[in-house]
Amino acid sequence: MINPAKLWFALPDYGRSTVWIVVITLVLIVSVALLTLWERKVIGWMQLRRGPNRVRIFGLLPGVGQPFADVVKLLLKEVIIPANANKVLFRIAPMIALIPAFAAWAVIPLSPEVVVSKADAGLLYLLSLTSMGVYGVIVAGWATNSKYAFLGAMRSAAQMVAYEIAMGFALVGVLMAAGSMNLGTIVRTQEGGFLAWNWFWLFPLLMVYFISGVAETNRAPFDVAEGESEIVAGFHVEYSGIAFALFFLAEYANMILISALTAVFFFGGWQGPFQGWPLLGDTFLGQPSFFWFGLKIFVFLFFFLWFRATFPRYRYDQIMRLGWKALIPVTLVWIAVEMLLAAYRIGPWARPWYH
Amino acid sequence: MLIQVLFHIFAVILLLAALGMITARNPVYSALALVMCFVTSAAIWLLIEAEFLAVVLVLVYVGAVMVLFLFVVMMLDINLAELRQGFTRFAWLGWVTAAAVIVEIAGVVWARGGLGSTIDARAGLVPLPAGYSNTQALGSVLYTRYAYPFELAAVLLLVAIVAAIALTMRRRSGLKQQDIGRQVAVRREDRVRLVKMDAEKRP
Repeated sequence: MINPAKLWFALPDYGRSTVWIVVITLVLIVSVALLTLWERKVIGWMQLRRGPNRVRIFGLLPGVGQPFADVVKLLLKEVIIPANANKVLFRIAPMIALIPAFAAWAVIPLSPEVVVSKADAGLLYLLSLTSMGVYGVIVAGWATNSKYAFLGAMRSAAQMVAYEIAMGFALVGVLMAAGSMNLGTIVRTQEGGFLAWNWFWLFPLLMVYFISGVAETNRAPFDVAEGESEIVAGFHVEYSGIAFALFFLAEYANMILISALTAVFFFGGWQGPFQGWPLLGDTFLGQPSFFWFGLKIFVFLFFFLWFRATFPRYRYDQIMRLGWKALIPVTLVWIAVEMLLAAYRIGPWARPWYH
Repeated sequence: MLIQVLFHIFAVILLLAALGMITARNPVYSALALVMCFVTSAAIWLLIEAEFLAVVLVLVYVGAVMVLFLFVVMMLDINLAELRQGFTRFAWLGWVTAAAVIVEIAGVVWARGGLGSTIDARAGLVPLPAGYSNTQALGSVLYTRYAYPFELAAVLLLVAIVAAIALTMRRRSGLKQQDIGRQVAVRREDRVRLVKMDAEKRP
């Protein structure tokens, strides 16, 4: 009889990393499937409908089988390649879109012990990977050789480049508060209950980061890259079957990623909300665990869905104005404010190890 | 051992991508091959533990510069047949540039690794100490010893941005322009008028 715990610790480092990579990938794919169901359910409830409620799994839970039925449908459908499309790039584009969405999970600390890579430049790694997400979209738009797809790709490229800057500046603020680019260290510096998390002192940056995150993932109200009412479906208008499913998977995986990053940078990652409090601090409520990280991701994902059900789509020129003329100045001003806070040792900068 | 195998794999990919970049007839393929070059060189830099430079290379060049390049190249109306004529017209210029670069690299290698230098190429890679942070090391020289060159480069870039905007901005008369302030200040009462009407005519 093999003891699983002993076997686990006998594995070399890269063996354990490989196991975690496989686990994270599988969990992510299943989460995306459940997220699509949850999205349709939530928006249904907000619009006083029921949402999907027919397909069951093992005769239980009406509606839960829906995403899996959709997966089977998408897998069985024909992948149609337009006659004048660039065949090679048309096939590669969905894969390019998918890779950064999954590779980014390598540096995210899931719980105090579990992280695939403790890279020191983790924050920069994330920024560079999210900036590579745009390639899938523009390559798809160009390879399709269609006006609508190309318009969608151009819109999305301009939008993502613009919001990346605001996102990067917001992360500069986080970097200043944590004094490190290692994501594990960023989470660890936020210990001490929910008032010690970064959201309190970096509130404007939190707003900028989350808005840019919604824009980066091309989600409503910034989903002009798809814009059903004007350009049909934007860059993936000619994609069908599993090729379309890959774009879909990438978009939802990116949503989960942005929610996880918001939790890590501004809401203490796996830290419990009542850590260090009298009485509550010693119970489950104060202990760091994966549960808190998962809960925070879930809350931010709900925001994504809530936005989609609530806001009308932005006009394209207004998206650009918001990115360049509203969000970037806010981040610059707040970085200056942080400099003052650091000089007078207020908030996160009051901690003795900082100086 | 693993590092050397990885290095050779990445080096081959890098060379093939570079060759593809200069030989591809379609500019979009060229741009994509250049992206491949950047990514593989970043991987090679990672192998020598220069992770800050590697990640910044991807962030700046792949994430921003090449996206804008592709943006422009894709919008060009390219006639491939026209491009094929006279493709090799400037080949001699390319050969001269390549020769100059090779001579320069050989010169640097000879000067640094040759007579009485501190670099021993045969010793291989020396691993960095455990607590060493690339980012910190770079920052501490960039903002102290090289503060003035750094500031100068920043000012130069700023001047370039201002110049680029000034050169391309034209004001044409008779153009309809949006007044953003007024658009934002609009209230519902300015645009919508609720009219109360009876459902049927009054007797």
